[in-house]
Amino acid sequence: MLIKNSAVAGTLESSDAQVTIEPGNGLELNIQSSVLNQYGRQIKAAVLETLNRLEVTNAKVTVIDKGALDCTLKARVECAVYRSCDQSASNIPWGGIIK
Amino acid sequence: MIQRPKPDKKRLRRTMMFMNSQKPGLIKDAYIYGSDSIILDLEDAVAENQKDAARFSLYHALKNIDYGDTEVLVRINGLDTPHWQEDVRVCVAGGADGIRIAKCENAEMVHQVEEAVLAAEREFGVEEGRTLLMAALESPMGIMNAYDIVTASDRMLGCAISGGDFRKSMHVQIQRGGVEMMVARGQMLLAARAAGVQCFDTMFPNIDDMEGFQAEVIQNHQMGFDGKSIVNPKQIAFVHETFAPTEKEIVYAEKLVRGCQAQADAGIGVYTVDGKMVDIPFFEDAKRIIALAKACGVYHGDL
Amino acid sequence: MINAVGRDIPDYLLTDGREVYQGRNYKDGQYIKKASPTVKRGEKPMESKICETIREACERCGAHDGMTFSFHTEFRDGDYVAAMVCKVLVEEMGLKDLHVAATSLGSAQDIFADYMERGIIIEAQTSGVRGRIGEVISAGKLKKPAIIRSHGGRPRAVEAGEVHIDIAFLAAATSDSCGNAKGQGGKNNCGSMGFANHDARYADHTVIITDTLVPFPNLPSSISCIDVDAVCVVDAIGDPKKIATKEARMTDNPRELMMAQNVANVIVATPYFKDGFSFQTGVGGPSLAVNRFLEEHMKKAGIKMSFALGGTSSAICALQDKGYVDYILDTQDFDQGAAAHLFSNPHHIEIDLSEYANAANKGAYVNKLDYVVLSALEIDTKFNVNVITGSDGVLRGAPGGHPDTAAGSKCCIIVTPLTRGRMATVCKDVVTVTTPGECVDVLVTDYGIAVNPARQDIIECLNKAGIKHVTIESLQEKAYSLVGEPDLLEWEDKVVAIVEARDGTILDVVRQVKPYEYED
Repeated sequence: MLIKNSAVAGTLESSDAQVTIEPGNGLELNIQSSVLNQYGRQIKAAVLETLNRLEVTNAKVTVIDKGALDCTLKARVECAVYRSCDQSASNIPWGGIIK
Repeated sequence: MIQRPKPDKKRLRRTMMFMNSQKPGLIKDAYIYGSDSIILDLEDAVAENQKDAARFSLYHALKNIDYGDTEVLVRINGLDTPHWQEDVRVCVAGGADGIRIAKCENAEMVHQVEEAVLAAEREFGVEEGRTLLMAALESPMGIMNAYDIVTASDRMLGCAISGGDFRKSMHVQIQRGGVEMMVARGQMLLAARAAGVQCFDTMFPNIDDMEGFQAEVIQNHQMGFDGKSIVNPKQIAFVHETFAPTEKEIVYAEKLVRGCQAQADAGIGVYTVDGKMVDIPFFEDAKRIIALAKACGVYHGDL
Repeated sequence: MINAVGRDIPDYLLTDGREVYQGRNYKDGQYIKKASPTVKRGEKPMESKICETIREACERCGAHDGMTFSFHTEFRDGDYVAAMVCKVLVEEMGLKDLHVAATSLGSAQDIFADYMERGIIIEAQTSGVRGRIGEVISAGKLKKPAIIRSHGGRPRAVEAGEVHIDIAFLAAATSDSCGNAKGQGGKNNCGSMGFANHDARYADHTVIITDTLVPFPNLPSSISCIDVDAVCVVDAIGDPKKIATKEARMTDNPRELMMAQNVANVIVATPYFKDGFSFQTGVGGPSLAVNRFLEEHMKKAGIKMSFALGGTSSAICALQDKGYVDYILDTQDFDQGAAAHLFSNPHHIEIDLSEYANAANKGAYVNKLDYVVLSALEIDTKFNVNVITGSDGVLRGAPGGHPDTAAGSKCCIIVTPLTRGRMATVCKDVVTVTTPGECVDVLVTDYGIAVNPARQDIIECLNKAGIKHVTIESLQEKAYSLVGEPDLLEWEDKVVAIVEARDGTILDVVRQVKPYEYED
């Protein structure tokens, strides 16, 4: 997907993550997390896997993680991407590229 | 990916706990408190501009979190909003056990949701008819049409009254003793029992007033409700205790079930226990009491 | 050398007779020679010991380079005194190579972190480390490894002469001109001074710092004037808002309430729950809430507690006022209600840390404890508990009385959620062992209860009471299934802190943390 606009999804509450996505050249990923030492690798993998799945190749992605589980990270990244493309309200391909 | 067992229309639903779908910290393990059902809410609890985000969260929660034996229902947005159709899609795709239709006024609304559910089941390759429905009756019209509503679809597991909106439309305030909703509760119960579906009371809004809450739960049980909507886990234990059968009920039910079963095995058509004839509905009710007692953890026999 | 909890302790730390941890009660029955302070005679009558400034008091007590000074943390995050004194020692007097011996180090002492970074404070011995000081120590900025001791371990080390305090600077709510001091009756009150009074008896010099001078004699007192060299009066010894809340709030978090209720159910199912039982709990959400559920059970059973021990909250005071608790033996007060309640009931009594928990005296109160309910940052499948290092390996906690009460009590119950955010509380191996698993009996989480297999008697009790329990391994697996298996932390070789067991042996070490980097 082509990132046209900046978009944010998620909150800074405990167990959540706030994902900001902006147009960019190539993938630029910035992760802040309270559990970086133990889960930094897994957080990064979950975010990258989601971006790859959505075929996002050019974007600046900032994740402020507050101890979110992988399923929450995925949901926040997906929502931010769909919001940036103005497609988040309906006809989401559940079970397709959203999985 | 979690594959949930096929939903059961008749299962035990003493407590149905509401949870905001938009809060990862809440929905990740809402089952630990032991409510029979949880209702992940896409409606009132989620801000208008977060409906999209809540659906993404909900989808992954349904697909990744093992809620075990806890039933997972979703309250979708009203049919007068632009959200409800996408809500239905995500519920079905995620494999929710059922959908709670908010502000249900008539059978037509049930049909509309049912159509959308069926379309979604076909779109996502979900077994047709798997997704259950229930109706929240929130207005005098909903109560007046209760029987039509609960018989509008084979998917209907039951109905619940939703006190907040209902009281507003009736120009009444919440009262100790519940006189302000007595007729509505009674009428809804009649409709549900007549249709053979379950019936649930509204949530009790003031979580700090445990005394008022307890009085209402006792009354719910006396009136014949199957369960109650709740908003806080600390309300669960009392509902489950109150809805559990008494020792006396269990002993009698066990006697009936054993007696009738033995006679059925022996090929006897008309059951008698203690020399008295037992009608089929008594046998059925006795089986229900044993099942309920088992679920409440108060039955230790071998039936 | 591998110790009894499986931790590898570097041999170079095992000097001067220091041993690695060998197991519970290892030193029982051994004799020790108590150290004694060197004190200055006050033979000639003196009207007052008041000094105009802290500097004057420091000079009177011979403050010098390389000395060890101590302070107490009964005023918690609201304490002004430790920072105030340290500033005088460093900025005004230009002292260096300082050793600090504290009951805890936290955000109120952030200025110490600067002095550690500048190499002025070279050693720290404490029962807790939080805030910036923890980060600085974890980054390896101290010349010598910090020593983390339990509340009972601290007076043990003082009495053994392993810590020799040159000057104790003790904040007090009130004092008279000769140093009779206590934690009540002033502008800023902390209640019990149990963390402070032992220092006054073992330090060479003692300085009382107060903001409320009262007429002589300020009796009954927590600290006696015979142990005091100087008294300083300052504008304020603390920020009352941060010392203690009016009343430690009872949680309304449903998860915590559920766990508290389960803790109470476990207690009731065990045989020690009978008239005259004894009990201690922390102030954390679920621990404090246990009080409320216990009340109902005591009422039903028609029994009461003989004593409640340790840190005290209004909740336990209220239980005493209702007649459910005979004695409260109080080392610190968690809220203003408890601070004011001390002494108001003649059975609400102050005790010092040695009386409370010292393994090297002739029998501390923890030895008479039936139940203790404690929290944990982490607990592993061997029931070892960590309350000192965070999931990033940085010092950010306090053993306090945790290891002492766990070892002394008949039934030690840990209550903690299975996960916190993405951190698995129940894990395969804790980052740092602060309480050995052999002292921990029951774990209560929001996902279930596990009993230490060494306690078959408790397992039987729970079975009999119909309380479901599972293995701790299954809880750990559940935790990892929720949050994923954590990567192991990466460490430098340098030891930044030694975790001492309550008997003085080495339980574990904390090494310097490697800064996190992604592998590309």
